[in-house]
Amino acid sequence: MSTSKSGTGHFLEMTISSIALLALIPLFIVIVGPVIGEDYEVVTKYFSRPFPAIVFAITMTIVLLHFKSGVVTLIEDYVDHPARRLWIFVMSCVSYLSIALVVLATLRLAI
Amino acid sequence: MAKMDRGKRPLSPHLSIYRPQITSISSIFIRITGNALLISTLLLVWWLSAAAIGPKAFSVVDFVITSWFGDIVMVLSLWALWYHSLGGMRHLIWDTGRGLELKTAEAMGWAMMLGSLILTFLTIWFLNG
Repeated sequence: MSTSKSGTGHFLEMTISSIALLALIPLFIVIVGPVIGEDYEVVTKYFSRPFPAIVFAITMTIVLLHFKSGVVTLIEDYVDHPARRLWIFVMSCVSYLSIALVVLATLRLAI
Repeated sequence: MAKMDRGKRPLSPHLSIYRPQITSISSIFIRITGNALLISTLLLVWWLSAAAIGPKAFSVVDFVITSWFGDIVMVLSLWALWYHSLGGMRHLIWDTGRGLELKTAEAMGWAMMLGSLILTFLTIWFLNG
């Protein structure tokens, strides 16, 4: 986790995910944006189509991986030991559980 | 470093005497926007999960997302998203060794502030039009 051991890996994680997100975020706004706030029938029907489902799943997954790397840096800067490990654990759980929910939800709506 | 002075020395950055500059302000806002975007991200995770569960679960999150609270969160998140994206672009430029001169760095800071506001208005106009 700490920069002294895996700084290059962290740098690459952030750089690669940020380049991917520069393309995915505008796409997400155009494809997903219009249905936020729509009725249940509209939303479920919309995400039963493969393209919106794929845009939602891929963007949200990379967003959450990018968030996870970023929040670790935030915690390392502001939270001291021993609470640091706990916070990194909690935020990692939030990130990975959210990714699991996104994948499950898009799969369920698509099938 | 002598351990005994630790308690007396001020912590860096010295916020109480630090003059705010566009470079430092634009930097801290990248951190604030990036981490605050967790709120709307989790809202969207909840939104699609509820849609996958059924109409009853969906009506709860739809009520939250379409309320005035949801509107404020979404508009602020939209701005945060554009600001953070422009800030990310600035970092990708800096990573190549370009744009590090003070004048360029300051201009990019202002461009992020102004650009994110313009992009937010354009997006709201696009989504409602």
